[in-house]
Formats: sequence, C-alpha cells, structure tokens
Amino acid sequence: MSDAASRIDEIVKNNDVVLFMKGTALFPQCGFSSRAIAILDRLDAKYETVDVLQDQEIRQGIKAYSDWPTIPQLYVKGEFVGGSDIMMEMFESGELGQLLGTDA
Amino acid sequence: MLDARSLRVRIYDGIWPLMPMPASEIERLIKAAIPDAEVTIRDLAGDGDHYAARVVSGSFEGLSRIRQHQKVYSALGGRVGGELHALQLETAVP
Repeated sequence: MSDAASRIDEIVKNNDVVLFMKGTALFPQCGFSSRAIAILDRLDAKYETVDVLQDQEIRQGIKAYSDWPTIPQLYVKGEFVGGSDIMMEMFESGELGQLLGTDA
Repeated sequence: MLDARSLRVRIYDGIWPLMPMPASEIERLIKAAIPDAEVTIRDLAGDGDHYAARVVSGSFEGLSRIRQHQKVYSALGGRVGGELHALQLETAVP
C-alpha cells in the first residue's frame, strides 16, 4: 500500500463518518462538496471532514483508494458510500439516514 | 522564443481542459461501452462543462449504485474529474 493509501486507510478506519471534500464544512470550495455537507447537516449527522485541497497526496490518493474519480467521497464505518449524487439519492430514499442512524 | 500567445496556448494545453466536451460525445462514449444504455443529458449551465446525465441500462441489474456509477465513469475513460469536471450522474435499471 502506498503512503497515501495507508494514510487514507487510517482516516477511514478511525472515523465512523468521514467526508473527503474540497474546502471545509463551513466553507466548501465546490458545489458538489457543498451539497454533501448540506445533506449531512440536514441529517444531523456527526462527521469529520478532510480538505483534499490542503493535501495533494490525499487528493490524488483518494481517487485510487476507491476507484472513484471525483470528490467529495463519503465513508461510513470504513465503507465507501459514494459521491454527492449517490448521497442525494440515498438521502431522498431515507437510506442515508438509516445508515447514519439519525432517522430515529 | 516564446511569445505571449504561444505561452498562453501552452498553459491552456497543460493545465486547463482543451475545450468543453459536447453532450453528444458523452452520450457516444457511454453507448459505446454500454450498448443498451438510454442516455439523457442536460447541460446545466449552458457552458458545455456542467452536465447531468441519467443512464438507464439492463446491465446495471444486481450492481450496487457505486458499481453502476463506476461503469459509466469507466465508459468515459478517465475524463470524469479531469476534462469533464462536473458530471452529475444518476443511474437506473429499466
């Protein structure tokens, strides 16, 4: 495993809900990342974020890590969930709330 | 000798997408890889750079959403996230 991959692996395994994004939760730097944050906030989820713009190694590495070409990327309990489109679909169907355990 | 114009061309060639990708090309690439795909594309901003695509194909049957999207990304041959920077994607089984 490359350095980037093992760093990402560690982040993903040590955080129940983590979003790799452009910018921060307060100041997302891209519409897709902003949408992902809006969804998580709407669900009252507790999450960590990683700003890939601050770390070129992670920015490139995260694409290979899940064979997924775009950012944001959401991971829940160590599993890749998807990007903002999949998050939106799962939000609308109620699956994401269920997965995050915030729908009760 | 590098004049301003050729320098600019070089910079654009190296860093920026060469030119927007037409919707017809996106559709062609998806259908080449997923022949039964029904592809609907909307140009969200009218700039040839922000698209929403809906792809319906029987070949998605039994695949997770992640795998369905990966199939479309792979049809687009590494352009998503690069040359094609904003593609909103929705997949479905007919």
